[in-house]
Amino acid sequence: MSILNGIFTYAKVFAVGGLMCALAQLLIIKTKLTPARILVIFLLAGVALEGFGIYKPINEFAQAGISVPIIGFGASLARGSIELARQVGFIGAFAGGLVRTAFGVGVAVVASYAVTLIFSPRSK
Amino acid sequence: MNAVANPIEKRNERYGKYVDSVTPKTGTAKSLWNSFWIGGITCCIAQGVGDIYALIFPNFSEDMIVNITSMTIITIAILFTGLGFYDVIARKGGAGCFLPITGFANAISSASMEFKSEGLILGTSVKMFSVVGPVVVNGIVWSTVAGILNLLILGRF
Repeated sequence: MSILNGIFTYAKVFAVGGLMCALAQLLIIKTKLTPARILVIFLLAGVALEGFGIYKPINEFAQAGISVPIIGFGASLARGSIELARQVGFIGAFAGGLVRTAFGVGVAVVASYAVTLIFSPRSK
Repeated sequence: MNAVANPIEKRNERYGKYVDSVTPKTGTAKSLWNSFWIGGITCCIAQGVGDIYALIFPNFSEDMIVNITSMTIITIAILFTGLGFYDVIARKGGAGCFLPITGFANAISSASMEFKSEGLILGTSVKMFSVVGPVVVNGIVWSTVAGILNLLILGRF
């Protein structure tokens, strides 16, 4: 039974994550927006979802399917900001988002720097 | 004014048609399907990594599991970028490759590698956020707004 449950979870993750990416691809094809704009749109959608409290039930349903696309990054920023604002007052709103997402952004910057030192860009 | 604007509009129109005729036609349905399954698999891999971490470190909090999971897949994506694998997948995957957090990592590392030739300070360090800068800036600004609004509206009750 737990194996069935596991398969069902991964099916949900696959379906929701895939749908998000297909939606972004559809936006690119139909509106000719640049990827950077699409990323910002999805990020703001994540911030809005978290801000209105809709993100948590979606995340419980879809898990990595919603938290791995950039929507999850936006929601994480908003969650951190809201939580720290609640804890230490309104100055917490400025730091909370960065504190919560610092793990990912920090490792991304350090690893990018290391990779840049090790590898040379190859011609495409 | 009109006399100036019209030729420019005509030229833009012609240029638009030219661009349309030159851009390779990958069918809409096919590119949607590619981004669907590549994005879906990326999310499934992240879910799998998270599940494995949850098994190895049963006493870690859920937040910490999420953090080390994203750190792991970000590191893998950056390593793939360095080795040149990510470009190969991204050419096929489209949005399936840049929308997940791995795409965010890829954008940082590819920008940083691309400008290596301009030096580590003025090239790599300056240009590292040239692609994801909008995401980071908008994320910080609007999450701060969300935090302040939440405190103002809900903090009173």
